[in-house]
Parts: sequence; C-alpha cells; structure tokens
Amino acid sequence: MTTQQSAIYYPAGEIEEFLPQIGRVVEVKGQSLAVFRTSDGTIFAAENRSPHPKGGPLAEGMVSGYDLYDPLYDWKIDLNTGLVQAPDQGQVRMYPVKIENGQVWIAI
Amino acid sequence: MNGNKEKLVIIGNGMAGISTVEQILKLSSRFDITVFGTEPYPNYNRIMLSYVLEGSKTIDDIVLNDLHWYEDYGITLHTGTTVTRIDSETHEVVTAEGQRFPYDKIIIATGSSSFILPVPGHDKQGVVGFRDIADCNVMLEAAKQYKKAAVIGGGLLGLEAAKGLVQLGMEVTVVHLMQDLMERQLDPQASAMLKAELERQGIRFKMGAQTAELLGGERVEGIRFADDSVLNTDFVVMAVGIKPNTDVARESGMEVNRGIVVNDYMQTSLENVYSVGECTEHRGVCYGLVAPLFEQGMILAKHICGVETAPYEGSVVSTKLKISGVDVFSTGEFIDSPEHTVIAHKDDWKRTYKKILLRDNILVGAVLFGDITDSAELQKLIKQQAEMTDELYASLMGTGCGGHKKAASVETMAEDEIVCGCNGVTKGTIVDAITNQGLTSVDEIKACTGATRSCGGCKPVVEQILQYVLGDSFTTGAKQGICGCTSLNRDEIVSEIKQKGLQTTKEVMNVLGWSQPEGCSKCRPAINYYLGMIAPDTHVDEKESRFVNERMNANIQKDGTYTVVPRMYGGVTTPEDLKRIADISVKYDVKAVKVTGGQRLDLIGVKKEDLPNVWAELDMPSGYAYAKSLRTVKTCVGSQFCRFGTQDSMAMGALLERKFERLDLPAKFKYAVNGCPRNCAESCTKDIGIVGNDGGWEIFIGGNGGIKARLADSLCKVKTDEELVELCGAIMQHYRETANYLERTSEWVERLGLEQIRAVVVDDVKERKALMGRIEFALEQVEDPWKKALRNEEGQNKLFHGIEVTARP
Repeated sequence: MTTQQSAIYYPAGEIEEFLPQIGRVVEVKGQSLAVFRTSDGTIFAAENRSPHPKGGPLAEGMVSGYDLYDPLYDWKIDLNTGLVQAPDQGQVRMYPVKIENGQVWIAI
Repeated sequence: MNGNKEKLVIIGNGMAGISTVEQILKLSSRFDITVFGTEPYPNYNRIMLSYVLEGSKTIDDIVLNDLHWYEDYGITLHTGTTVTRIDSETHEVVTAEGQRFPYDKIIIATGSSSFILPVPGHDKQGVVGFRDIADCNVMLEAAKQYKKAAVIGGGLLGLEAAKGLVQLGMEVTVVHLMQDLMERQLDPQASAMLKAELERQGIRFKMGAQTAELLGGERVEGIRFADDSVLNTDFVVMAVGIKPNTDVARESGMEVNRGIVVNDYMQTSLENVYSVGECTEHRGVCYGLVAPLFEQGMILAKHICGVETAPYEGSVVSTKLKISGVDVFSTGEFIDSPEHTVIAHKDDWKRTYKKILLRDNILVGAVLFGDITDSAELQKLIKQQAEMTDELYASLMGTGCGGHKKAASVETMAEDEIVCGCNGVTKGTIVDAITNQGLTSVDEIKACTGATRSCGGCKPVVEQILQYVLGDSFTTGAKQGICGCTSLNRDEIVSEIKQKGLQTTKEVMNVLGWSQPEGCSKCRPAINYYLGMIAPDTHVDEKESRFVNERMNANIQKDGTYTVVPRMYGGVTTPEDLKRIADISVKYDVKAVKVTGGQRLDLIGVKKEDLPNVWAELDMPSGYAYAKSLRTVKTCVGSQFCRFGTQDSMAMGALLERKFERLDLPAKFKYAVNGCPRNCAESCTKDIGIVGNDGGWEIFIGGNGGIKARLADSLCKVKTDEELVELCGAIMQHYRETANYLERTSEWVERLGLEQIRAVVVDDVKERKALMGRIEFALEQVEDPWKKALRNEEGQNKLFHGIEVTARP
C-alpha cells in the first residue's frame, strides 16, 4: 500500500543540482530518497531502497525514459508508479514532487 | 453496502479464506463480502515464511492480495479484528469488541496455530512458535542478540525454522522426540539422508529427546530433557505441531472434534456456516498443508454459488521441504507395510533416493530425496490411482540416465487440476492464459497467473503445458537484436554508426528506430562503448549510460558502499604505498582489506561520499577494478629473483599494464606474464597470457577462469620485447573492433576462430601495424578517472554527495 495522507512538501534543491538521468540521494526527515531527473526534466522521488529481497540503494540505477534499472539486480521499475516490471515483482514507494521556479519540492 | 446482495462473511484472512473468495469472485457477483482477520496484514502466503526467515524474501514479497485488491472487488476488510462468536438466532457475527455484523452465509477459515508444549517454563521470554509474521519477526530479532537456538520438533516446519536461524548466524540444535526426522512424511532411509545433509549445512541434532522443562529466569536459558540432560540455549522455537483454531466454532455451539467438523461440501453443523482449510476436520482428517485448502476452497466456492460440483473426498497430500539445496518430497502412503509392493532405488554416491509404493499394482505413494524432478508426475499418477505398467516403470525408474520421455502427461491432466500448489493455479487457467493472451514464456505465465511465482517447483509442468499448447510454435525463430529495444545486431549497429556519423546514444536510438527511445540497461552501455571505440577523439562519454561502477569509478557492494582498488603495476608495490593504503583504510574505517585474485588490494566498504577523499589521499592511479578495461597484469617473480626465471616478468608486466591501462574494451581484460614455462602466474586462464622462455616470449589468448572456464590458445612466439608489445596492442585493438559488447575473449576467440585472429594480427604485418596505430591513438585520449573526478569539484558534488533537507517547508 502506498497511499499518502496530508503530505508536507519540503524544498529539495534547485533542479540544476540534479544531473539528467543520474540519481541523487536526498535525505528528508531521516528518510533516504532517490531523486531522478529524466531527460525531459521531470523529477521523480523514490524511496532509496530496492524492492529486491536483498535490498540495496536505487539512486545509482540507470534511467531510460521513465524507467529505472536497479543498479544491483537490474530490475526494471516504472518511475510513474514505482511498480517493478515483469517478470520481477514488487513496488517502490514513490513520493509526490512539484517544481516551482526551478525549485524542487518533495512531499513526505 | 449493497442491500440486495447476500452478505457473505469470511472469518479468517488467510490463504484458505481468501483463495475461496477468489474462486467465488470468478463464479458470481451475488455476494457482498466482508473479511475479518486477527493479524494486522492483508492476505499473505504463510508457506513462504521460511523464505522470509532465510532472508531470500521480505514480508512484502509474500503478500498475496494487497489492500488494493480488496478495494477493487469491493470487499470490506477488518484487519486486527477477532470474531469470537456466531449468533445464529440474530444472524450476526460478534467481535471481541462486541461489535455485531449481520450475515447470510459464513465461511470459517481461521486456520491453525502452533502447538506449544505445556511443559513448565513454556511461557518464558524467548519461546515462540513458527506460524505467522509476528513469530518470524521475533526470530529475526532474536538472531541479532542471541547466539544459541533450539528448535523443538524435527518436522517440516521445525527444519525450515532451524535452517532459517542457521542462515541468520545462530548455532542451532534441533530437538526431536523420535529417532527419525519428518517421520510423518519420510521413511527411515530418506530421513537418515536428510539428517546427514542438514548436518552438512550446519544444523545439530538431538534425537529421541523428550522435553521436560524449559529452564531459566524470566528468559529461557536451557532445556531439561526427560533423562535429566540439559541443553543450554538462549532461544527456543516450538515446532511440534499445529492445532486447529476452533474457538469461534466452539463458542457458537458447532460440532467440533479436533477441527470443525464438515461434510463433503464443507458445511458445518450450523446452517449457512461453512468451514475450509486447516481449522476443519473432514472425514476425520485435519490437514496441515496447503494443497487441500485449494481443493476444499474450489468445491466450497462452487457449492456456495450454486454451481454443480463433485463432493470433496479428501486430498492426497504431498510434502516438499523448502530449504535451498535440500530436495525432499513425499506423497500419499510412503511407509511400507506387508501389503505394499516396494520399488526403491538408493544411491549413496549421488545422494538420491526414490521409493514408489504399490498396492494391488496401483501407485499409492512415493518418497524422493535429492532429485525430485519426478514429483509432479508421481503426484498426478497417485491421484489418478494409476496402474503400474512396463512403460510407466521404464519412464519412472529409467536406466539412471534421465533421458526418459514424459511430455504426454500434461495432455491427460484434468483442466481443474492444480499445477501450482503455492498459488492455487490450475491447468485450465494456464492454458487459458496461453491461448487467450498469446503468452509464450514461463515468465509471462508467472506474471499473468502467478504460477511458479513462489517456490518454483511447478516450473517443469508449466513448461510442459506451454510446449503442449503451443506445439511447433514453441520455439520462435524471430531475429534477435542486441536487446529487446532493437532487431539490429552488433555489426549492423556499428556499420550504421560509421556510415551515418552518429554521435550519441540518443541519436543512434532515434535514427535506427529503437522501440524504447532511450534504450535499456543492456543497449545503452553497449552503444556508448561502440561510439567511443569508433571515434575515440570526439566521442563524449555518457556517464548516464554507464553502469554504476564505471560511473563512480569504484565497485558497488550489496549494501551500497564501495570497494576501492588502487593500481599496483604488475602486482608490485612498495612499503611506502602499503603504509599509505593501511593509514587510509584505518582513517576511513574500511570494512575489509583483501588481496584480490589479480594481486592487488581491495579496500572494501568505503562510503560513497568518502570516495573522492580516499582517492585524493591515496594519490595512486585507479586500478579499474570496476571497468570493462585492462584490470590486472598478474606476474611471477621472474628473472630478477627466481632461480628458474629466464625473463624479467615483473618489469614486462608493469610495462604492459602502464601501456594499455584505462582504455575501454568490450569486457574486462586480464593479463599474466611469466618468467619461465613453469607458468606460476597462470597465463592459461587470462585474456592474454605471456610465457617467457630462453629466446623470447610465447603469447596465449582467450583464457578464462570465470563463468565459462577455458584454457588459452597458443597464438605465436616472438623474439623481442618490442614485438611482444606490438602484438599485444594489435590483439587488443582487433578485439575492441570486432567483439560484441560484454563478450569475453574466450567467446570471441571461439567465434572468430584462432586462425582468423592469427591471420590478422600475426601474419598480416601491415594490418598489425595499422591496429597498433589505432590503439595508440585511442590511448592518447585516456586520463586517470580519479584525478579527473577530483578536478571537477562541481560534478563531484552532484555525483558523490546527497542533499540533506534541513529547512522547514
């Protein structure tokens, strides 16, 4: 279950601080997030933990379109939904993001 | 919720209740369904708890139906709510909090709980059963704090618990009342083989031991047995059996023996109340396994929806132990008695055992150990009460070579027969998925139906069904590209890049019509490499198309820390460098310093944000331990010190390593240089292996010690050091220009043929010089990545440092 209730948006830096297609770790309130800027400038924020049983970070994965390839096990994850693509299974928790005047805001 | 629908209440949110609901949903929408569960979770796969404990799955992985599923079907779920009583007068169920909910029909599926031996001390801290997620969590926590565990009970569950605790690093003793493990599922032969195997895996056993008392203060400290012997332990798991949860049935005045008594349509003694799964007793039997609950659920679903169905007549139970590396299976009657005809084959060398029992020539039971490939087949034959024939005997017992045919069996399998016992998927469901949705692989069937998703034991049967349904079209001959994004192969892509002058991966993918515009993790690194190989001077390397190790210039470990490996040319270092490596290892708190297979030092467990500082303070070149590039040159002592050495292998190794380091190659690349034919640096398993002799050097290529071991082939002999370096350069460049990305030289040599390579790099002197010229040109463009990263402070910050949000919103 990944429903969000009454989230608060936190400022996570300027959009330029995120390299296109290269993830960056953002710590918010003790939560480690993997933040990705896709080549069209969209920002996604995921929980920085692979849904693979052995876990591991996600921020170092390879980004293609809106897909993320997990860096340790090469699982394909849809950044829109956090859903792991078949044949693997699982879901990454995604956090709402908004961009205002070049400033990235993430809701926790 | 919906006034004109019948109110169906399910008491119990486990596998039995929910799989029945799933069957009902397929048949009818006449019910307004409410589910009550005592645990605070959605429905999960209890039989997978062993994997959670073993660490190969997390609790999230074993959830069968998440909360969305209940929402999607309009099912009301009350988690953390216990139903205590059914009031048949008012047609209401009553919860522990006294709330009342009306019903028209009820299914009781409360399952069973661990039986806790009522010995003195059983209520001490550190004593648990093994039945649900809460037990699992207690065990995971205990393993962090305590060392010694005892598992009471050498049955299926006990052994799985024991293996899990061993995996978690505990010292585990299994205490069993009987002389044989799993005596209710295995015969003494198989049991002895199982015990030997588990002992090999680190589990200790105390057999024939009757627990008399649990010792200790508030927390358990030991077990005293009936013979007064004592076992010290910090933690006890009770896995001596299960008892059906019948409280709600007893409170409601229903007929209960050991379980809730039901007839052949799962009806209890109370009108409109049904029961299914481990809490029930059918024809005097309470089942403690998963397969019967699917069979019961299917019949109950049909009955409750008014669909005609055959009565439930009991299940043939099969057992499989879910411990990796230990294959045990039993089904039907397996303890031989005089009325049985026994076919047995025991092989102590291969550690396999197979026993089939016949009564009046009908197959009634089987035990398999070590090799359980025939389990699905046997299970089916026993269920069908098949008669033993010469053909069947030959197929089952074979000649020991395993080449017997068994394809036809899925043809005769009934449509509603369950193929995947873990997820209750029938043959019919799989066949439908293949024919209606055009599926062609086991992975697709897994994604669509859930079959093979859990233990994977049914995979061979699913494959057989696939083969049977698809027939000749099973293997499709479609043209294979380098990945799923394109149908073009490597050579076509490289020639298009050259012809059209393509510059970036994005351009390649757009121009050549990739199906995913930005490619995938397979093609992006490959295209980036081909572009750099074709135009080493102008290609701008794409960090975002590099695998994390190459992007960070260090090797990622499973916990997200990194390994740093400095260069040690030819495997030679100095006391000063060693001292610096040691100081930095202490300063940055590395978890381990390890000598690698290629004569260097791994500094394991460096934090990502420390990488730039570690590199700066080491002030050594990168060892490229992470790269598709020249990794190491392994050397022997050679003529400088060795009494047999004829050539200076250390100097030649260092020279070659300096010469060819840093350049991108299709795959990782290793050298060895030996001072004499004794070959102490093992050139036979290197991409290029060099052996010194009295008059010069001999060059070997295509060796590999990795996944596909291969001995190197002798390419040629040379007389001078200059010739040696030139040949090495030509071989590497020829490989750079012709190999598929990620293709090791061992595969490359076999694909091109040694003769082709020899013709190009040895015989054709002009071509050799040209290759050498091209590699020299490419080598001029390379730079040490650690130094480069240290110079680029801004980029370094974005790559290696996270952002900490401190400001309030």
